[in-house]
Amino acid sequence: MILRETLLAAGGLEGLFLSDPREKRDLAGIVGGPRDASVSERLAGKRVLLAVGGQMAAARAMLALDGLVARLALVPPGLAPEHVARIASDSEAEIAVCDADGLPEGDLPGLPRIAVEAAAQAAAEKGQETEWALATSGTTGAPKLVAHTLDGLAGGINTAAAPEPGTVWSTFYDIRRYGGLQVFLRAMLAPASLVLSDRHEPVRDYLIRASERQVTHILGTPSHWRLALMSNALSRLAPRYVRLSGEIADQTVLDLLRAAFPEARMAHAYASTEGGVGFTVEDGCEGFPAALIGARAGIEIAVRDDALYVRSGRTGRRYLGATPEPLMAEDGFVDTGDLVERRGERYHFLGRRSGVINVGGAKVQPEEVEAVVNLHSSVSMSRVRARPNPILGAVVEAEVVLRAGTDATDPAALKKAIIAHCRPRLSGHKVPASVRFVEDLPLTSGGKLVRRMP
Amino acid sequence: MSLRSTVHAEIAAVAAEQEKRMPPITDDLVMLETEFDSLCFALLVARMEDLTGADPFSEMEADDLPVTVGDLVALYDRAAAKKAA
Repeated sequence: MILRETLLAAGGLEGLFLSDPREKRDLAGIVGGPRDASVSERLAGKRVLLAVGGQMAAARAMLALDGLVARLALVPPGLAPEHVARIASDSEAEIAVCDADGLPEGDLPGLPRIAVEAAAQAAAEKGQETEWALATSGTTGAPKLVAHTLDGLAGGINTAAAPEPGTVWSTFYDIRRYGGLQVFLRAMLAPASLVLSDRHEPVRDYLIRASERQVTHILGTPSHWRLALMSNALSRLAPRYVRLSGEIADQTVLDLLRAAFPEARMAHAYASTEGGVGFTVEDGCEGFPAALIGARAGIEIAVRDDALYVRSGRTGRRYLGATPEPLMAEDGFVDTGDLVERRGERYHFLGRRSGVINVGGAKVQPEEVEAVVNLHSSVSMSRVRARPNPILGAVVEAEVVLRAGTDATDPAALKKAIIAHCRPRLSGHKVPASVRFVEDLPLTSGGKLVRRMP
Repeated sequence: MSLRSTVHAEIAAVAAEQEKRMPPITDDLVMLETEFDSLCFALLVARMEDLTGADPFSEMEADDLPVTVGDLVALYDRAAAKKAA
């Protein structure tokens, strides 16, 4: 499957569009229109780094380059320059398709460049399978790159069904992240119109824009939705399909969305960059039915040692990089690292085995925060955990064992001092929202902090 | 301190710590139209839970969703009344 050819063959593009805060473009004009053979020749068979600012440029490049280039590495927005450099080296990029926002002048000096405006005029001639490289939402250090095929990425999408007339997709996500890319592909393979978000756009403005474009199908994380639910602009939306993914969807957010959109089909999906789309739950209840465990068409779900494992054609193929760790076990199962617990006929998510905290979609490695907390002169040791939060799903909480002899006559002031100590040393979502003083912290027989939730 | 002044003071404190510029905090201020973002909101809710013992957000009906600062004060007011009852 080649994206642009599939779109052209599908036909029925009249009236379909792609829009962002700045412009609205006809889909027919994006995939049709004149092609530039010399640009296609420069890019054919190359490993390409796609580093652009906005999502419209990214979308146009993705449509032009799939089936033409050997590998397409997507740089999500807002990454530090050293992480962009890491993606370039891990993907063995030979050329960058970029603009000034995505790859400022002087960055990655050794890498040839081609402007995205020119690259959007390229087209596959013979058609080779392009490998897509997606960045994980990194915890510490650089994000990891996961290689996918287009068929694998689209594996959870029913491409045979004709789209409901008037379907307009949108997502709070960026389409260069796994969750957003799913929506991009759903729209393009339908085909249907798509309203792109912008990370600098306030929620209210995005909701108004989505309602003006008559969005019918919309995806966000539970945190995106919690915020949107507090905007009086939400009532302007009249979606037929509301989807949640990227974080654990709790019953509260599901109930609030159901009340806000009583007519809409609602689904929460379990998906990750490594594991692909696992399954979708449409009964409006948190967790998932135990009946989903086992093999079904195209996918097999297992629970081993209380963690969820996925085997399917939709999972990533492998990690990229100089010394990649294996992405899947020898039997083909991908360990998702997500802990689950069975209660009756349903499984519920407990969090990450590694203790990684998901603060509204941004991952926090507890060890990184503990290292900073432990630098405070009153702290003997600490354990950083997720504290459930109705807005972001979780915030960071530090349990602290004070040093012997610490003056703790004013515990509130000491807690504030420890948080203030962290603030200049950690990015905002990693700074503990609260500190609790404890007598001691449990260790495993191996001397490591016990991280699993009780 | 009244619940209203606690909510106002905590909004101001969170905004200052997160280096957000806020207009004067009044009951009719619409929070999502300011720089007060989702992280600020999450921190505010965590602190209010620490201060009042109530987390009205986790058991909320759609009609309760706060849009203005005044809505938020009313939400905590109701939670406090419910707790006292």
